[in-house]
Amino acid sequence: MIEVEDLTKYYGGKRAISGLTFRIEKGEIVGFLGLNGAGKTTTLRILACLILPSSGRLRVDGLDGAAHAHEIRSRLGFLPDTPPLYDEMTVRDYLRFVAELKGVAAKDVTRRVSEALDTCNLNQTADQLIGTLSHGYRQRAGLAQALVHKPSLLILDEPTGGLDPVQIVEMRELIKRLGGEHTVLLSSHNLSEISHTCDRLLVINEGRVAADGTEESISQGAGGGARVVEITVEGAAPGGGALGERAAQLIGKVPGVLTARVKSSADGRAELEVEASDDRRAAIAKAIVESGIGLVRLERKALELESIFQRLVAPGPGPSSRRAA
Amino acid sequence: MKSIALIIRREIGAYLRSPLGYVVIAVLLLIDGLLFNARAMGSDTKRLSAEVLANFFEYSSGISVTAALFLSMRLLAEERQTGTLTLLFGSPVRDYQIVLGKFIASLLFLALMLLLTAYMPMLIMVHGKITRGQIIAGYLGLLLIGAMALSIGLFASALTKSQLIAILGGAGITVCLVVCWMLSTVTDRPFSEIFAWLAMWSKHFPPFMRGTINSQDVVYYLSMTYFFLFSTTRVLESRRWSS
Repeated sequence: MIEVEDLTKYYGGKRAISGLTFRIEKGEIVGFLGLNGAGKTTTLRILACLILPSSGRLRVDGLDGAAHAHEIRSRLGFLPDTPPLYDEMTVRDYLRFVAELKGVAAKDVTRRVSEALDTCNLNQTADQLIGTLSHGYRQRAGLAQALVHKPSLLILDEPTGGLDPVQIVEMRELIKRLGGEHTVLLSSHNLSEISHTCDRLLVINEGRVAADGTEESISQGAGGGARVVEITVEGAAPGGGALGERAAQLIGKVPGVLTARVKSSADGRAELEVEASDDRRAAIAKAIVESGIGLVRLERKALELESIFQRLVAPGPGPSSRRAA
Repeated sequence: MKSIALIIRREIGAYLRSPLGYVVIAVLLLIDGLLFNARAMGSDTKRLSAEVLANFFEYSSGISVTAALFLSMRLLAEERQTGTLTLLFGSPVRDYQIVLGKFIASLLFLALMLLLTAYMPMLIMVHGKITRGQIIAGYLGLLLIGAMALSIGLFASALTKSQLIAILGGAGITVCLVVCWMLSTVTDRPFSEIFAWLAMWSKHFPPFMRGTINSQDVVYYLSMTYFFLFSTTRVLESRRWSS
């Protein structure tokens, strides 16, 4: 659906992105992850045919980004980080305007507008002035604007910016429902939201692709994933001895486990970290429970995305390499 | 064509729904009325009604230009500021359609204001003798000079995010063009003729206010308006691809 080859963009002398190459298939929900200033917004704007790259090629739906920008624009919906809303219009009038602007046939406008209002839960505020809406509703109106002409591609720049936790979940559910039927690209620096919403992640750091793949493949690449498991056990070791060591021994015997080490032990509980060649959580749990040791907690290494992220986007040498967005 | 009509509708809606349009019209109508009362109607010497009408058009031309600059300063600067220009740029709408749509909408709103000044010539008609021709010519002149000022303001609005700078820029360009006549008095041919032609008011407006429609004056206002609209389109184009 989208093919990007060697995309580079300079703003004056400053290089914002360099040599980006990736593909995105129809129906995927892809998250662009990166620090502020990494180049996510620039990349998304180029994909939305709002700015031209300094060099490199972009193809959307087989159409060349430079030659057929107009055509591509009618097939995509873009939500910038500040939703492009006209404060003096009502939500319904605004969506009608956008629908007509994007070329929706006159007879379809009313239907498309009410569909967009439904999808984004805006029916209560449909006849309210946009200037009077709260931030959460403004974001939703912005999303509605991106959807109203039923584009096949949606590009959302920080769709959950400034929303409260409840609104973030709502937005996330909305976006997930849109995937499949639409191809969705979104950018964020909110790690948990992105890992819950997206099928695939593209990590951008300092204008380059630092990682590209599913969360699992990226975290495995960085030495994490379901292969690394944290376990808390309690009780008495069967057959005497220290609880931690006994448990580690037991776990080490489970096929597929590479290492099992005790991280700490106190008050009748022990914490262990186990590394396996793949996801062995079920077998490990079975082994512990069957031996009579109490299993309190077993989960894959927490916050991997954060630590991978931190590893991948470690700042370059010197403060001058961190540029403002 | 549909896109232009769409943009015109939205822009007029914006003028009608925000205080700026009404405040501009109200204030300028007030000033126009006061000037009319003080100078055109209220002088002691006996004067021909045609002269009074010409005076009315003279003052109103300044009002028309001022109104045009205030009305046009927000057209593009505000959209840049609020981020809505991204919406227009991301749609299958061409730059010239955006520019034309906004220009025509502001011209219609300006025409509304000019319509509201009609009470003043009607006051003259009560006891005086004036021709319909002079009234039509005068209003045509007001519309043409207003259109030119709108295109200047629109151009300035395209250059900046700040509405304040837009109006200062627009006013600056307008003043330069008006002051060209001074330059024409201190230079030799051919420059004096060039500056005289370029001058926004001195050579080209008085015929309208006295009731004469000269094609060369109409051409002047239309071509200058076109020039600024064209430049605005080019500026938009360059902004689109750079940031």
